[in-house]
Order: sequence, then structure tokens, then C-alpha cells
Amino acid sequence: MNSSVIIFPGSNCDRDMDVALKKFGFKNKMVWHDDDKLPKSDLIVLPGGFSYGDYLRCGSIAGKSKIIQSVIDFANSGGLVLGICNGFQILTETGLLKGVLQQNKNIEFICKNIFVKINNSENKFFENIDKDVLELHIAHNEGNYFCTKDELKSLEDNNQIAAYYCSSDGKVDDKSNPNGAMKNIAGIFNEKKNILGMMPHPERMIDQSLSGEDGSIFFENLLKNLK
Amino acid sequence: MEVNEQIAVDHGLKPDEYKKICDLLKRVPNLTELGIFSAMWNEHCSYKSSRLHLKKLNTKGKKVIQGPGENAGVIDIGDDDAIVFKIESHNHPSFIEPYQGAATGVGGIMRDVFTMGARPIANLNSIHFGSTQHKKTKNLLRGVVKGIGGYGNCIGVPTIAGQTCFDQSYNGNILVNAMTLGLVNKNKIFYSKAAGINKPVIYVGSKTGRDGIHGASMASAIFDDKIEEKKPTVQVGDPFTEKLLLEACLELMSDKSIIAIQDMGAAGLTSSSIEMASKGNLGIELHLDKVPCREEKMTPYEIMLSESQERMLIVLENGKEDSAKKIFDKWNLDFAVIGKTTNSKNIELYFEKEKVANVPIKFLANEAPMYDRPWKKTKLPQKIKFSNNDFKKLKFNDVIKKMISHPNICSKQWIWEQYDHTVMGDTIQKPGGDAGVVRVHGTKKAVASSVDSSASYCHAHPFTGGKQVVCEAWRNLVSVGAEPIAITNCLNFGNPEKKENMGEFVECIDGINEASKYLNFPVVSGNVSFYNETKDKGIKPTPTIGGVGLIKDYKNLMTMKFKSKENLVLVIGKTEGNLDQSIFANVILDEKKGPPPEINLFNEKNNGETILKIIKEKLALSVHDVSLGGIMIGALKMCIAGSKGIKFYKFKNLTNIYQYFFSEDQGRYIIEVEKNNLKKVESILKKNSVHFDLLGETTDKEIIINDEPTFTVDKVTEFYKGWLYKYMS
Repeated sequence: MNSSVIIFPGSNCDRDMDVALKKFGFKNKMVWHDDDKLPKSDLIVLPGGFSYGDYLRCGSIAGKSKIIQSVIDFANSGGLVLGICNGFQILTETGLLKGVLQQNKNIEFICKNIFVKINNSENKFFENIDKDVLELHIAHNEGNYFCTKDELKSLEDNNQIAAYYCSSDGKVDDKSNPNGAMKNIAGIFNEKKNILGMMPHPERMIDQSLSGEDGSIFFENLLKNLK
Repeated sequence: MEVNEQIAVDHGLKPDEYKKICDLLKRVPNLTELGIFSAMWNEHCSYKSSRLHLKKLNTKGKKVIQGPGENAGVIDIGDDDAIVFKIESHNHPSFIEPYQGAATGVGGIMRDVFTMGARPIANLNSIHFGSTQHKKTKNLLRGVVKGIGGYGNCIGVPTIAGQTCFDQSYNGNILVNAMTLGLVNKNKIFYSKAAGINKPVIYVGSKTGRDGIHGASMASAIFDDKIEEKKPTVQVGDPFTEKLLLEACLELMSDKSIIAIQDMGAAGLTSSSIEMASKGNLGIELHLDKVPCREEKMTPYEIMLSESQERMLIVLENGKEDSAKKIFDKWNLDFAVIGKTTNSKNIELYFEKEKVANVPIKFLANEAPMYDRPWKKTKLPQKIKFSNNDFKKLKFNDVIKKMISHPNICSKQWIWEQYDHTVMGDTIQKPGGDAGVVRVHGTKKAVASSVDSSASYCHAHPFTGGKQVVCEAWRNLVSVGAEPIAITNCLNFGNPEKKENMGEFVECIDGINEASKYLNFPVVSGNVSFYNETKDKGIKPTPTIGGVGLIKDYKNLMTMKFKSKENLVLVIGKTEGNLDQSIFANVILDEKKGPPPEINLFNEKNNGETILKIIKEKLALSVHDVSLGGIMIGALKMCIAGSKGIKFYKFKNLTNIYQYFFSEDQGRYIIEVEKNNLKKVESILKKNSVHFDLLGETTDKEIIINDEPTFTVDKVTEFYKGWLYKYMS
């Protein structure tokens, strides 16, 4: 399977994502933000980081970068797009995903392990996944998901909420919400479920020596679903 | 403006220093030249009070590739891999403007590391604040932590370890020491020594503004009531530009275009250009109209003294300008040829076609003043005689609670959760361990690093304190199973013009040196920060030591968490029961006098090497060094980390339970071993003549002392983790 990771100036999880994708068998290419064409890909990943410094709203400049039109075209034609952390923020800025990521409720950067409950596994990202509660890792300052009531209703009606922050045993409650995200939302899909944006970093959870291995489950399963 | 003595004094120069400048030049300098002299001759850049003593430091070793004198030190970790590392202070600016001060401290030290061709792989920091009761402490802590995180998180370099300390001696002068480790191929290290004549001098990075003018001079002065006025001397950081600069520099370094490279840190363009020329014994000619400026009508004086961040000066091979420019264009960074190297041995500055300065470089570098300042020896304080009466009223459980939740002992999770400590995907020991550990990307190796200070010990007896900090760094590395290799030091002291402060400096250095030699743990880089003084009140002497060690196979990483119940817990090293200068004596008995715990370097080395052997033989399940708070706090931290309890065995010949549990005797470790491995461990310990005590055994949850359950590990965890969150909420 071919994947492409877009590098924006200020991306800083691009290498980590490259390492993870290759570890699980993707043939990955790195794509510079100033290019206008994407290589042939089965999956496009927008990695974490601080694209263009994120001095405006997070992801807003990346959402207008040269490569992004190709990403939008790819997504609109049904291609699989994954945005992690800053990548999720960028996807909301392009309009491919609904809502915004606001500053964390406690106005502090948070870096720690959290749990998420997969809400919808009828899609290429989570189909046949072994576990429905994954231990992943977050590292962000703006992960507090917010959208309008109408948008939330349509997200819920179309089963577009990908994952909720939860406790280790899968309970979705205030206590397990790290950043104040509306309804504990950790990630969402577009209507067709070919675009996934989420704040947690599966690429940081691919090795027992690191924070844990539930990220491996995500990537292994994704590759299986694409084959 | 005509320069005179008063203007020189306003620039922080002493009248006799100004006279020396006039004598050397055989004329009165113009204002730009005076500015340059003041920048190069201040304490921060010239090390005029410290140079004499720093020369004594043990800087050599088999694994040292580069010792002090470059942008950072470099050590060999095998297979052509080398680690570049250094610690640096950003104390003065952080007190005036905590966010920007701390952020640019992190930015500056990372630049020092990638200037040498290394990709930064880990950040650490040591931060000291005033009393937790002081009205400024909370805001300073919040600002500094946000600043450190704001910069490091954006660049995408994990912050893997640190140290936070509160003491009222920092009420008017906080300390912010930032350390960075970088990875480089040992055959591709870049240095700051220029070579060759008529080579283009290139300016890259951010544009120059009026921020930070005289920053280095400010950092060489004591504080008074008017420090708020000094805010404009604090630089403003732009981590995004630094990230671009990092990537662009590393890209340019992949071929052979660079002759010399130096980041523009303290004293900006002045010190970077002069240092490169001075090291190469060359002259340098700069055309200041070509310097990219972000503000209008900047004068040569301002351009030379600006400390705008994220800038580098490069001496390039002829003919490489175009290919180099392409790289910086790609990263959207300024690139300007602003001058060339010459054989004049002078720094010659031009602005609007006029020569605006012309000074022999040796006057600025080699002829900078060097002082042998008077200093006073500190006597070893008399030992305190504690009597059983001192302990009578104490309740053991209350003491435990107070100690484990003490600001200088409690968990700093509130801090390190705000630092990205997992980016780059190689952090195998996160903050909260004895040392942070990152893998050397794509290999089996891992690098461990810790940062330590012991200001109370150094204050009580600087010589002993100096030795102790080095040993503490050594123990922290040993505890994670790393072979200690080298250290970097950040020497934070008061006013060197006072003989007490100067004495503290001299004797701490002597102590550091003695331990460093004995342990073969050389100093490869560092920095000195004097004048940490406000209105006549100086800080406690605070040398901060950053240690670096190697784990050959990262799978052998050792951690402090108790692994399972019913294992034996041993204390390695002898417990004498000295409470003087311990946190227990200070906090519980309110006794602040007495000598620090003695350092026995033979035991220190022997015990450490024996622990490494036990780890290597896979006989230890967990290891932790005994430091602040003694055995009790050490053991409880292992309980908390592993969510296990401990049953302490009853002690024979024990005069006083407090002395046993809370003494901070040195050279000790606590280890967890399986019962059926005890014989093997014992035989190694006996063979190496290492003293040990059987402390107890691990339990499921209960902490049991004298057969009586006290707290559960969950309760103790609450005390340990709760304090800082509560304080900051």
C-alpha cells in the first residue's frame, strides 16, 4: 500500500508518522507543502506539529497551502485521508471536517496517555479492529473540539463521531475528558467516512518501549483493511 | 555622540576598563566600538571573573571529542555516533519576562547544538524559584513552564527530564537552566573556527530587530528596583523560525559548503563574528546595510548589539552562495552575504559606505579583562547534635505525609505534562524517572540524561556541595542502567565582586573538579551566570550539573518502579544516619545548620559500578538512587511509580528511626530483587566490598512500618502528586 505524508513548514510529527507507516508495511513518501501534485497514494496523512508556526488559528495557513487543493480533490474522490493532531486542525480549516479545535480547557499544553472508545467501526479506519478501547497518546494545546448544535446533530445522525475520550474501561465521562472537548469527542469522520481527523497520536504508541502498543493495532488493522 | 567615561560606565564597563580600551586603541572609541567592547567584555561573554578558575576543570577523557570552548561539548557513543550537549542559563531575562525569557533560553541552547551539525534529540531543564509563599512564585513558575513548553513543543524536540526547586534565596532571582542533547555523525561535526581569506560571511535566519539590545550586559548586572524597565532587553522567541532554521542548516550541512558556523546568541552579531574570526586568527569585514532588518533606520550600533533570536552567521566556501541560498529560500528564511573574512585581523564595519568601526579582534577577545577576584573560604560547619528529644513529639505518619508532599520532593507532573516528552518517538524513559532516556534513532543504543543541583549543600559547604552534585548526576545515570560519560555545568552564583560569593564559586568548582576526575566524568561544556543578586541579596550557590550516559542496548533500561509483590528490597551503600542539611532537618526540625553529607568518592564509584554490574547481570528488577528525603522517600517513590507497597523489616541496632529513614547519606541506592536471586546479588556485593542492608519486601498496596500498616500506596500517591496541582490551581 502506498501512503504519503505531507510536510508543512513546522510539521514535527512527520518523521514519527513515516516510521510508523513503514513499520507496518506501507510504502511511504514524504510530500513537500509547496508541491502541487500528490504521488499515487492509498492513504494521505497530515501529520502533527505547528504548521507555519500556528500563530494564527491552528492549521489555518496550512489549510490554504499549495498542496492542499490536491488533498481536497483526493478526498472528494473518495481517497483515504488521515489527519492527526495538527492534521485534524488543518482538516477542519479546509472544511473537509466540521467544527474547530479550540484551546484546551485548562489553557495548558497536555502531553499524556489517554483512552479512546471507538464509536464507529464501519469504515476503512476501524473495521474489524480487535479492541474498542485504545490507549493512545495526546500532545496538544488546542484539542478542545467544538461545533454548532446543528453540526453536532448531523455528526451524530450520520454516525460521524469516530472516537470519544474515555476511561480505561471505556466509560465516556467528564473525568476522562482531557481538554474539554464537546461530548468527549477525540476524532470525527466526514460524511463518507473516508476522512478521519483525531487529536490522539497512534504513531507514538507503536512500541512497548515507548508509551504503549495500541497504536500498532490501529496501523496493522488499517493496512489489513486497505489490502 | 562623543564617547566618555560616563557613557562607558552606563554600558556596564568599569572606569579602569574604559581606560584600558582607550590605551589599547590609542584613541577614544566611537559609540559603536564602545558598544562592541561592552558586549565582549561583560561578564556573560568574557567570563572575566571565572576564566581563571574554569581552566582548572577536568575536561579530558577518552570519549571526549570536543570539550569546552565550542558552541557545545561532544562525546563519542560508538559506531560513529556522537552526542553534542550543553546547558545554559537564562536567569535574568526569565525573571523579568518569564515566558519569553524561558522560551528563548530553550531556543538558544538548541541553536548551540544544531550549529554543530547535530539534530536535537532531547531537552532538559533545571528551574529554581523563590519560596512557594512568595507572591511572584506562582506566576513565574507558570510563565517559565509555558515558555519552555511553548518553544520546545513547537520545535518538536522532547523534554525528557528536569528538576524544579523552591527556596527563598531565589525570591528575587529565579534560575532557568536549559539543556539540549543532539545526535551527530562524529565525522560531520561543524565548528566555529573560520579559515581562509575572502570567504563570504553569510547571515541567515530571522531579521534583526531592536529586541535584546544589551541583553548580555543586563545578564551581567545585579537587579534593583527598576528591573521592570529592563523588559526591552529581553528577546522575543519565534520557535517556528527556529524549526525552519534547524531544518535549513541541517540540509546545508549535508554537503561541504560550510567552513564555520556560529549562532547569534548573547551579544548577537558582535560576538558571533568576533568569535569566528578570533578562533581562525583572521579579520572580518561586515557591511551592515546588508543585514536584513525588521525595523527601520537601525543604526550600526543597534544592528551589532541586537539579540534578536533565530539567527546564524556562516563562513561559506567561495562559490557555494547560490546553492546555499536555494536551501534558505526553500525554508523561507533570510539569506544575505554581509561580508568576508580578511587578513587584517581587525573587525571592520561599514555602513552606508562609511567605515563605522575598526578594532583589532585580539583586543576584544584575548585582551578582555581577566580578574583574580579575592575570595573567602567557607569553613565546614559543626555537626548538629540531635537528641532524642528533638524527635519525641513527631508522629511518623505526619512526617511521611509532610515530606512526600513537600514542594522540593513532590511530583512535578503538573510541569512535565505541559512539555511534549514523546515526540520523535524514541523516549523510553519519560520525566519522573531518575534520568530521561531516548533511543538513538534506528539503533539499539539509548542515551540517558539528568540534571541536578543541590544548593543547600553547596551553601553549607561549597566544596562538598560541588562534589555532591556531580555524584548525584552520576547516580541518576547509573540508576537507569547507563554508563555515565560526561557532564555539562551551569554555574549560577551571586555577585563575584563579593568575596563570599566568589569563594562559593571557587570552592564549588574545586568540588566539581575533584568528583569529575575521580569518577572519570569530564566536563565538556557549560556556562557561568553571576550576579544573581537583587538588592544585595544573592542566591545560594547553585551549580547545576547535566549528566549524559549511554545504554548499549535500550532493552536493558532500568526503571525505579517496583515490579511485583514479595520481592526483596535492598539498600546499597552505608546508612550513617546524618541528618544535617537534610530536607527532614530543614522542614520537620527547622534546623538549617550543619555540614552537608560527606562524599566518599571511592564508595561512590564502587557502589555505582557494582549497581551497573547487578543490572547487567539482570539481577535487579528496579533501581533508584537515594537522594532528598533519604531511604523513606526513595522507597516511597518506587512504590508510587510501580503502584506497589512495601513492608519495612524491623531494624536491629537502630537508635532512631528518623535518622535511619530520612538521612541523606550519599552513595546509596535502593534495589528490588527476586528472593531467589538474593544469593547471587549478595555475592556480587560482597566481592566488591559494598555495604548493604535488607530493607524489606514489596507488598501489593500496603506500606507497613514496624508491623503496622500506615498508608496505602494510593494514599501516598495522592500526597505526592497532589501538592503541585493544588498549589497551581
